Amino acid sequence: MTDVLSKRPATGSPEHGGPRPASGRRSFRLPRWNYPAGFASLIWLLVVGVPLYALVTSTLRTRDDYLDSGALSVPGDPTLDNYRKVFESDFLTYLANTAIVTVATAAIVVVLAVTIGYTVVRTRSRMSNRIFQVFLLGLAIPAQAVIIPVYLIITKMHLYDSLLAIILPTAAFTLPVSVVILAGTMRDIDEEMYESMALDGANSLRILRQLVVPLSRSGISTVIVYASLQAWNNFLFPLILTQSPETRVLTLGLYDFVGQFRVDIPALLAAVVLSIVPIFVVYLFARRQLVSGLMGVGGK
Amino acid sequence: MPASATPGTTVKEPPTGAVRARPSRASSGAGRPGLGWAVPGLLFFTLFAIIPMLLVVALSFTSWQGLGLPEWTGGANWSRLWEDPEMRQAIWLSVLLTGLSWLFQTPVALLLGVWAAGTQRNRAVLSAIFFLPLLASSVALALLWKSLLDPNFGLIADIGPYIGFPDGNLLGDPQGAFAAVLFVASWQFIPFHTLLYQGGARQIPKSLYDAAYVDGAGTVRQFFSVTLPQLKNTVITSSVLMVVGALTFFDTVLILTEGGPGTDTTIVPFLMYTTGFDAFDMGYASAIATILVAIATGVSLLLVRLTGFSAMRSTREGM
Repeated sequence: MTDVLSKRPATGSPEHGGPRPASGRRSFRLPRWNYPAGFASLIWLLVVGVPLYALVTSTLRTRDDYLDSGALSVPGDPTLDNYRKVFESDFLTYLANTAIVTVATAAIVVVLAVTIGYTVVRTRSRMSNRIFQVFLLGLAIPAQAVIIPVYLIITKMHLYDSLLAIILPTAAFTLPVSVVILAGTMRDIDEEMYESMALDGANSLRILRQLVVPLSRSGISTVIVYASLQAWNNFLFPLILTQSPETRVLTLGLYDFVGQFRVDIPALLAAVVLSIVPIFVVYLFARRQLVSGLMGVGGK
Repeated sequence: MPASATPGTTVKEPPTGAVRARPSRASSGAGRPGLGWAVPGLLFFTLFAIIPMLLVVALSFTSWQGLGLPEWTGGANWSRLWEDPEMRQAIWLSVLLTGLSWLFQTPVALLLGVWAAGTQRNRAVLSAIFFLPLLASSVALALLWKSLLDPNFGLIADIGPYIGFPDGNLLGDPQGAFAAVLFVASWQFIPFHTLLYQGGARQIPKSLYDAAYVDGAGTVRQFFSVTLPQLKNTVITSSVLMVVGALTFFDTVLILTEGGPGTDTTIVPFLMYTTGFDAFDMGYASAIATILVAIATGVSLLLVRLTGFSAMRSTREGM
């Protein structure tokens, strides 16, 4: 056993066998191994994995096969028919609407959160602290609780039943977390770098462009991922602020499919799968960013 | 880095880059953005979040059908709310759901997060699967679970007999439906909190574990003596987000149980939705919503107090 460290026991399996090799060399990079957590992770794998397995396999079966053999059986004769059915509905319109809403929301949130974060971190005044506290308070304003006034405002702005009606409130309710994330990232930029740039005569716009934005890239990516997730998955705002088929987004479309595919569960689940795939692809690339950015929220 | 930037005033900053609050006169004001930078964002946020929060309180004193103008009715909604047994039940169910969610989600998320912050190899692949529920909408997940809990064709038809539902009709039973909402919501949100704990656990300095190891602490002891105290802030943040997040179980309830059977899963946000947008009793719904705002704001103030977020310290300070 040359390198003990790279051969840690697999999840949850305690090391069997004889006494361990003399452990003098490992004393300072001890494995932070945690058996209860390892065990929990295995259980959780089952709890998450089984429903997802059922989800995917169900979509590969015909309706009759599904009704006959239940959710967990292995499809004998896989078919993509369900996905065809979904694409023959208005699914692509919903997808396009959701994409527009997502991109627009993320764009608005990034621009506003960056400028707010920059002000909060770099302006040394009581007011900037107050601004930050407004957004901390905003963390806890539930969209559910204010939906009636939002509906009133959107109607008064003559935006009801437009994509903007979804985009604007969604962006507003994504701002607090985004500001907290970005303020956390920007605070870690070395103070002396600002000062030396200022000494070179850079104004605040230039400092923002050439120092703050490049050095906050990880926070900005996190905000983009977070805002996109919020926009992509939002249900309440579309449900209440839009009406016609032309403005329908994916989540609302899924909800409608319940009626449309009433007894055709495999087709319904195929729509569910298709609604998850695009965001999952984005996530696979941005996972690291999301994790590192959320440290600022969850950490010290 | 030119140490001469502010000659005579600086002792060189420690190389950690931790930003400490200095007296403002120590540094020049040059290159600092004015408060004007925050105005667009602030106005935007005020229009769609702050004003609605105040407006919902105002609307709770009116009668309004959603069209036309709200009519001032004084405290009528509130005295009605006070005596409404449905509201009382909804508050109780919400509190119960929130409390049980916390009890159920926190230990699991904590353990998984600490585990995921480690260095084992298969972690990346497993994390991708673990976090899948985080990516899907409540709607998609509620639909998935509704089909799995279908008494005729779902998973529950197979396992129901083993957990006390021989006919598989979990959603038709008051306790069963409540448990289903609790489970589905936890299933969906544990990954998010795991992520928070993972981030928090990664920030714990290795040296603390080395010291604990030298002192002879085993894994379990290390968890309770090092990991858990170091994650205190994360526990607070996550708990607060959980409490506020419990309000978004609305989506799940709407699709999974529609508040039923009867009103046995009618939590406060769902009651508000049906009152406002099914019965078009917006004034009364606003009174219900005001209660939600009050709870959430109270929790938020607690967050600011307990975590010291508002002190604006560097996330890297003290390391």
